[in-house]
Amino acid sequence: MKRLAQHALFWPSATLALLLLVNGVLNPSFLAISWRDGHLFGNLIDILNRAAPLMIVSLGMTLVIAIRGLDISVGAVVAIAAAVAALLVGGGFSADGAVASRYPLWFALGAALMVAMICGLWNGLLVVKAGMQPIVATLILMVAGRGVAQLLTGGQIITVYYPPYYVLGSGFLLGLPVALWIAALLWLVLQLLATRTGLGLFIRAIGGNPEAARVAGVRAADIALCVYTFCGLAAGVAGLIISSNVKSADANSAGQLLELDAILAVVLGGTALTGGRFSLAGTVLGALIIQTLTATIYSLGVPPEVNLVVKAVLVFAVMLLQSAEFRALVLRTVRARAGAA
Amino acid sequence: MKHPLLPLGITIGLFVAMAAFGGVRYQGFLSLQVFLNLLIDNAFLCVVAVGMTFVILSGGIDLSVGAVIALTTMISAALLQAGWNAWAVMLAVLAIGAAFGALQGFLIQRFGLAPFIVTLAGMFLARGCCYLISTESIPITDATYTAIAQARIPAGLDASLTVGAAIAIVIVLAGMRIAHATEFGRTVYAIGGGESAARLMGLPVAATRVRVYLLSGFTAALAGIVMTFYMLSGYSLHAVGLELDAIAAVVIGGTLLAGGVGYVAGTLFGVLILGIIQTLIAFDGTLSSWWTRIVVGVLLLLFCLLQRLFEARSRRTA
Repeated sequence: MKRLAQHALFWPSATLALLLLVNGVLNPSFLAISWRDGHLFGNLIDILNRAAPLMIVSLGMTLVIAIRGLDISVGAVVAIAAAVAALLVGGGFSADGAVASRYPLWFALGAALMVAMICGLWNGLLVVKAGMQPIVATLILMVAGRGVAQLLTGGQIITVYYPPYYVLGSGFLLGLPVALWIAALLWLVLQLLATRTGLGLFIRAIGGNPEAARVAGVRAADIALCVYTFCGLAAGVAGLIISSNVKSADANSAGQLLELDAILAVVLGGTALTGGRFSLAGTVLGALIIQTLTATIYSLGVPPEVNLVVKAVLVFAVMLLQSAEFRALVLRTVRARAGAA
Repeated sequence: MKHPLLPLGITIGLFVAMAAFGGVRYQGFLSLQVFLNLLIDNAFLCVVAVGMTFVILSGGIDLSVGAVIALTTMISAALLQAGWNAWAVMLAVLAIGAAFGALQGFLIQRFGLAPFIVTLAGMFLARGCCYLISTESIPITDATYTAIAQARIPAGLDASLTVGAAIAIVIVLAGMRIAHATEFGRTVYAIGGGESAARLMGLPVAATRVRVYLLSGFTAALAGIVMTFYMLSGYSLHAVGLELDAIAAVVIGGTLLAGGVGYVAGTLFGVLILGIIQTLIAFDGTLSSWWTRIVVGVLLLLFCLLQRLFEARSRRTA
């Protein structure tokens, strides 16, 4: 039992299980899953589908935080990728009455992801080459990026009239949401890279002590550039899923506050904000916790406004638990009580 | 850095150049009222940016200020609706803002938490509390508030200032004095320059750090009051993203984000530059509002790169 409690994934799993349990007790139909319209259907499937973009962004954020970085521009990159994809796909009825996209779908998706990667690379260059603090370097793109997205869309909400594009955000494959498959695939690839290659070790080394890692021969600068670029790519994928889900791109509100949710998911999953220690599976659980929490608040009939307060309390609690000083204080208090008794 | 005033000079020079550009291009741009309007329309930003300057000088960051401003407008509107005295409301919200900031400072100092994440949670909390009060906008009809909102202070040449702008000027002057002529100010610079060195010098690092965030919470609440004069309403979506504007104003004002170097006067010009960008775009009439964001982003980039350049040079000469 004690060894179980010490496992890195224990607390996030327990939190998620507790949330689901509360839902199951208060509303037994919450946990029900049925087969409808050729795919699985139910609250849980809905949570998985909605959590997918957050999972994807948070996976990128996990690696960035693991190398002592931070990327607060992911929300803006989501908006840019969504705008590029929506503009290039466009869609409408062609002369013969069939739906057609403006450019081939593969080209639109590829271009959007390419732009997102360039955004990530830009952040990486500012951090690695110009030596800026990560929060400042990515603040620049966070401020300007949404402006760029609005410039692309002309300040309008761009609607997509091309059903094949909808598959990403609301389609199903083998009974499960396509978005979930994408998130799962991404996690699997990262997990393999982190455990079967030296990448995981290098990232831990850089996060633990950048200077020591560099001296030991880790190509810290190159890896950091790759990590930031990947974070941009992940935000781009999330942008495609989000815009596909709502069948449009809104430069003003797409991905709003997503950077905060992503950081929260990473922290909830047990990744240390000080770098060096990271858990990809924990991050996935963290994203699920956030989405389940939102769903719980809706299903309990509590006004959704409370969501932000609950999230704030959650961040404070997790933050304090991660703080060595706080744990020491609690331990001292407990010992003093035990001593007095 | 050879010339500590050089970044400040660049900021002021940029402001003068933008004003000259506007004066040459657009008729009626170079009037006193246009320039006073920069201060009137950005009074709340100016007040909150002064508090942010101290936070950044100490090497920290405060992301909660926008949300604290919104919470201040909400609490003010709700209390006034409940029939409170206007002055009592102002005192109450200032106390709440200062307490909120002090609590964040305590968490950062006592438990060694990252200022970024603590104030991020604070931002969630304050915004969430706004929604708890009401999701709708609450209008303010109190006689004292409307009288203050409509009051104009003559500033010569047929131009005038609002009370909010006057408060902003007072806060900038007070900020300059606190930064350069008090023990607290010197300690803030020392912490930003090197925390362990400051501690070894026997400076009250812990207390000062808590007071820095207290000051930031206080200025955010004061900015919230100035905003209620400006908007005459409380709304949970007031001041969304204002923390970014405040940070941008401080950086453009020449304060190093690493802490330890910068001037409150620079922040004033940072705010004025943000204001003049909006005014230039409004005078032009053909550019859309999102150009403001792009231009601010580009300026941020230029100033950050410039800072890196200065740091690199000072290291070489050291």
